[in-house]
Amino acid sequence: MELRPILSTLCRHKITAWLLILEIALTCAIVCNAVFLIHQRLQRMDIPSGIAEHDLLQIKFAYIGDRPDAYAQAQTDLATLQQIAGVQAVALVNQLPLSGDAMSNSGIKLRPHQRQNSLEVASYYGQNLLATLGVRIIAGRDFQPDELIDLKTAMPALHSNDMKNLPHAVIVAQAVAVRLWPGQSALGKTIYVGNDIPLQVVGVMAQLARPNMLQMGAQYSIVYPIRLTATEGGSYLIRTTSQDREQVLKFALAALKRLDPNRIVLEQRTYDELRHESFQNDRAMAGMLVGVIVALLIVTALGIAGLASFWVGQRRRTIGVRRALGATRADILHYFQTENFLLATLGIALGMLLAYAINLFLMLHYELPRLPAIYFPAGAIGLWLIGQLAVLGPALRAAAVPPVVATRSV
Amino acid sequence: MLAYYFELALRSLRRNKALTALMVLAIALGIGASMTTLTVLHVLSGDPLPGRSNTLYAPQLDPRDMTGYRPRAEPLDQVTWIDGMNLLQAKRADRQALMTGGSVAIQPAQSALDPFYQTARYTTADFFPMFGVPFRYGHAWGASEDAASAAVVVISSKLNDKLFGGRDSTGRIMRLENHALRIIGVLGDWRPNPHFYDLNVKNYGADEGVYLPLSTSQDLHLAHLGGADCWGNGGNDATHTAPCVWLQFWVQLDTPAKAAAYRQFLVHYSQEQKTLGRFQRPPNVRLRNLMQWLDYERVVPGDVQLQSWLALGFLLVCLVNTVGLMLAKFLRRSAELGVRRALGASRRALFSQLLVEAGVVGLAGGLGGLLLAYLGLWLVRRQPADYAPLAHLDGAMLLMTLLLAVGASLLAGVLPAWRACRVTPGLQLKSN
Repeated sequence: MELRPILSTLCRHKITAWLLILEIALTCAIVCNAVFLIHQRLQRMDIPSGIAEHDLLQIKFAYIGDRPDAYAQAQTDLATLQQIAGVQAVALVNQLPLSGDAMSNSGIKLRPHQRQNSLEVASYYGQNLLATLGVRIIAGRDFQPDELIDLKTAMPALHSNDMKNLPHAVIVAQAVAVRLWPGQSALGKTIYVGNDIPLQVVGVMAQLARPNMLQMGAQYSIVYPIRLTATEGGSYLIRTTSQDREQVLKFALAALKRLDPNRIVLEQRTYDELRHESFQNDRAMAGMLVGVIVALLIVTALGIAGLASFWVGQRRRTIGVRRALGATRADILHYFQTENFLLATLGIALGMLLAYAINLFLMLHYELPRLPAIYFPAGAIGLWLIGQLAVLGPALRAAAVPPVVATRSV
Repeated sequence: MLAYYFELALRSLRRNKALTALMVLAIALGIGASMTTLTVLHVLSGDPLPGRSNTLYAPQLDPRDMTGYRPRAEPLDQVTWIDGMNLLQAKRADRQALMTGGSVAIQPAQSALDPFYQTARYTTADFFPMFGVPFRYGHAWGASEDAASAAVVVISSKLNDKLFGGRDSTGRIMRLENHALRIIGVLGDWRPNPHFYDLNVKNYGADEGVYLPLSTSQDLHLAHLGGADCWGNGGNDATHTAPCVWLQFWVQLDTPAKAAAYRQFLVHYSQEQKTLGRFQRPPNVRLRNLMQWLDYERVVPGDVQLQSWLALGFLLVCLVNTVGLMLAKFLRRSAELGVRRALGASRRALFSQLLVEAGVVGLAGGLGGLLLAYLGLWLVRRQPADYAPLAHLDGAMLLMTLLLAVGASLLAGVLPAWRACRVTPGLQLKSN
C-alpha cells in the first residue's frame, strides 16, 4: 500500500487527525492504568490467608456487665463446642487474618535498646490457635499448654514490667523469619517487643496473613502464647468441614446460648463470608473500573467510526474517481484501514507516554507500584483492534461507492 | 436572533441524527460519570460543621518515648488520659472537651426488646455547646455533673424513637450495662459527616446513640471502642496510666490570635512535661483546625479520589471526541456557511450560530448526563462502603451538572466554530 496519498490527505485535515490521535492516546493511557488498577485489586482479593478457609466458623459474643468467672466459662464453652458432632477443633482467638478489623500490632526489635523497630508485625494470640486455623508448623514446635499465660495476668505484668508473668516464647511466620534472619534458622533466636521484653522463637509457621494494613507486608505475623476470653474481645473459632459448616454453626450457637443465655451474638459466620465481606470495597471498585473501561472504549470506537464515516462522505467523489481510474474495492478498503492504523499507531505511541506519566502520578499519590511493561504491548494491540473494528463499517461503505459517482456533479 | 440560531441549530442537528446522537451520548456519558464521582467527592469532603469549623481545633502532642523517633515526624493524633486531663483543666481555650468512643449494652425496660449494643460517646460537658449540638428535649449536662460523675445520659433521637416511640423521655431511667442512668436530654437531628471528632470509629455514617459524662464512663468501667496507639510497654488498653493515646481532645479558639497563643501553650506544656520526665521527645505539637484536620487525616477515601480522576479523564476523552465530531460536521457545512457569508453574515454571527448549536448539544448531553448521574449515584448507594448512603445529588450539584455540560460543550465548540468561520465565501461558492 502506498502511504504517500494517505499522509497527504491527513495533512489536509490536520486538526481532525490530531484530535483523533489525542482521543486514542487518552483512551490508551486511561485504559492501561485502569486495567492495572483492576489487576491490583484482584491480586489483593486473592491474597492467601494461610488457613483452612472453607472449614472455619467464627462466633463472637458481647457480654453485659463484668464477668469474674470468664476464664472458667471459656473452658466450659470450648469443651462443649468440642463435643458437637462434626467439630474437629475449637479455639478462642484475638483476631482473624484478612478480617479488615482493627488489629493488634507489635514492633519487633532484634537487640535491646534498639532505636527503630526492625519489623512491624500483626500479633495473634489465643488458645489452640494454630491447630484450629490449620496453620502448619514448618520448624520447631507449637506452644505447650503450660506456656500459655492468661491475658488478665499478662496485662498487669506488662505494665509493671514483671517478666515472670509475661510470655517467653513466640512463633513467627516464615516470612518474618526470612526477613529478620535471611539464610539462618530462626529457632532459638530472640526478639524484643515493648520495653525490651525478650521472647525466644520456638517455632516457625508456614503462613498467617495480617487482619488489615496488608501493604505493610501481608504475611508478617507472630503468635504469642496468651489465652484470652470472649469478654476480652476473643472470638470462638470452630474447625469443621465445608459440608457440615452451616449445620455445625447452628448447633454451636444453640449450645453456647444454652450455657449462658445472657450474651449478645455479635458475629456468626463462616470464614468464607468474612473474607467476602472484607474485600467488598475492592470488588465494588474493580466493578466500577470495568464499567468505565467499557464505556471509554465504546465512546472511542464510536468517535472513530463517526469521523471515518464523515471522511467517507466527504471523499465520495474522490473515491469514485479512484475507482473509475482502476482502483479495486479492496484498494479503497485498505486505504481507510491503513489510514486508521497510522492514526492509531501515533495515538498509541503518545498514549504510552501518557500512561507512564499517569502511573507516575498514581505512584506518588496512591501508593501504587510501577506499571508492568506487558501492559504497553497489550494496550497497543487492544487499541489497534478496536480502531480496525470501528473503521470497518465506514471503510466497507467507502468500498461500495460505485465508480459512476465520479461523473456526477454533487 | 438567538431564537433564529436556535432553530437553525435544531434543523442542522436533525439533518444528521446519528452524528448528533453520538455527540449527545458522548457528552452525557462523560458528564454522568464525572458528576457521579464529583458528587460523592463533594459530599465526603464537605464541612461537617459549617460556620463553626474554623474556630475548632484538634491539639496534638507527642508523648512517646525515643523508640522510633525521627525529627519532624507527625505527633500522635489522640491524647493520653493524663495529657487530656491536664489540658482540660488548664482551661486555656474558649471551650474544650475530652472524649472517647465506647460501646454499651442497652437493656430496654420493655420485655419485647432484647438487650442490644449501641455505640456511645463518653465526653466532658463542652462537647454540646462547642459543636452546636441541637436538642429536641431536655438539655446537656454541665461541669458539675462532670465533676460528680453523675449517672445521667443524653440519647439520640433515633434511640429515643426505638425505646420510647419518640416521646419526651427526659427524666426516665435507662438501664445500660446493669447500671441505671437518668435521661436528661434527647438530641435533635445531628449526624455530622465525616465523624470528624473521632475518626477511629467510622469516618462516615457513624451512629452514636448514647452520650454520657467521661467521668461516669470511667467510674462504671464502660468498654472503650476506638483506636489505641501504644508505645513502650503499652498493651492495647485504654487505661489512665498506660502509655497509650486513646482520647480525643478538641478546643474552640475564637480568634487566630487565641489559636497562636494556644499553640504556644502546647509547646510550653510539652517542655514542662519533658522537664518532669514524662515526655522524652522534644516538643512536637500541631494545632490544626477542623478542615485542616480532615485533610491531614485523609478522610476522603483514596478510592473516591481515584474515581474522580478517572471520571475527569473520561470526560476529557468524551470532549475530545465531541470536538472531533463537531469539527467534521461544521467543516462539512462550509458551503452553507459560505452562502451565509456571501449574503452578508459577519464572521461573528456565524461563530455565534455555531456555538449555539454546540450549546444545544451540550444542553441535551447535560440532561442525559443528569439522568446518568442519578443512575450512577443509585449504584454508588448500593455499594458496601460506609459513605455510600450519603451519595445524593443536591441543588448546587444539579445546577453544576448542567453548567458543566453546557460549558464543556461550548468549549468543545470553540475550535470547530472558529475553523468553520474562516471560510472564504468566494472560494466556497465557486467550487460548487
